[in-house]
Amino acid sequence: MTIIYSVLILFVTAFTTHSADKGYDIGDIATDFVLEDTNGNFVSLTDFRDAKGFIVVFTCNTCPYAVLYEDRIEALNKKYAPQGYPVIAIMPNNVKTKPGDSMKSMRIRALDKGFTFPYLMDAGQKIYPQYGATKTPHVYVLESAMRGCDFVNVVRYIGAIDDNYKDATLVKTNYVEDAVNALLKGNDIKETKTKAIGCSIKL
Amino acid sequence: MKYLLILSVSFFLSCKSEIKIEVKSAVMLAPLEIYDFSGIEPYLSLAGSKTYIVNFWATWCAPCVKELPHFESIQENYKEDVEVILVSLDFPRQYESKLKPFIEKHQLKSKVIVLDDPDMNSWISKVDANWDGAIPVTLIYNTSKRSFYDRSFSYNELESELKTFLTNK
Repeated sequence: MTIIYSVLILFVTAFTTHSADKGYDIGDIATDFVLEDTNGNFVSLTDFRDAKGFIVVFTCNTCPYAVLYEDRIEALNKKYAPQGYPVIAIMPNNVKTKPGDSMKSMRIRALDKGFTFPYLMDAGQKIYPQYGATKTPHVYVLESAMRGCDFVNVVRYIGAIDDNYKDATLVKTNYVEDAVNALLKGNDIKETKTKAIGCSIKL
Repeated sequence: MKYLLILSVSFFLSCKSEIKIEVKSAVMLAPLEIYDFSGIEPYLSLAGSKTYIVNFWATWCAPCVKELPHFESIQENYKEDVEVILVSLDFPRQYESKLKPFIEKHQLKSKVIVLDDPDMNSWISKVDANWDGAIPVTLIYNTSKRSFYDRSFSYNELESELKTFLTNK
């Protein structure tokens, strides 16, 4: 009984350590979720059985930085979904504060732009705090791995998409592409954390 | 340049409604001070006798716009001891359409400087190691104390923070 109890405590601490207010760091295990997409489907990471990992992007309709990156997010999915790293976009804002981020508006945007990735709403605002996302856009590259008998998703990169929000043609370093390319080749990621200006996530 | 201005005014004399607009925009809107990060950096460690309040904001950032009047009031109420510097992160394509009209409409008294430097990862941590890039954020410093605030302020909150700097000197 004591053994079971201490194992239980071990588990509880293991899963609560990183859910503090700072969110994930590199090497942490990212939580899965069940969130509704713009087609009315509920999407989880476990739905992607062949994925080697994920490019999770916290983004929205209303932030001008997020809007400037829409085409680049779509390009990431087109390039990396076939290679096992699909984009999963999650809209974290409170829609009462930002009506322009309502599910209806998300649906219109996804249709207008022809998004090929799932665009999910963090309806209860429970997921983004666990990741530690603070702004849009905010990217987490996850790598799927076996831990014991379970698939887990390990955080490998946190930050910006690239180093020039203004003009994709002037980008010198594609942070997310470099990270995913390194993972695909089994190499170390050169820059695991980057920073960018973004719109704070609205409560 | 003067010649050009006179020319454009006299050109519009024939259609009265447009005269006002032309003259007004020529007289009232001062040019923006636009810098890359190396141009902004000196403002983050001024060695003068005042306490400096540096606020990073943008017209597209709702919580920034909401707290801006408090920074303006602080500038007005503590003008002997404090200099407020508003660092705009507006987009270059909106300098004319959004930022300049905003400065004019709200008659901003504080100094406004504009940061245009797209390689954001290279400079965000230089402002403060704890800043992850969300705005608004505020830096308050003088020769003896320095603090970074990743939060919004009410007037009272800002004033009580400021007082810890003024008594500290």
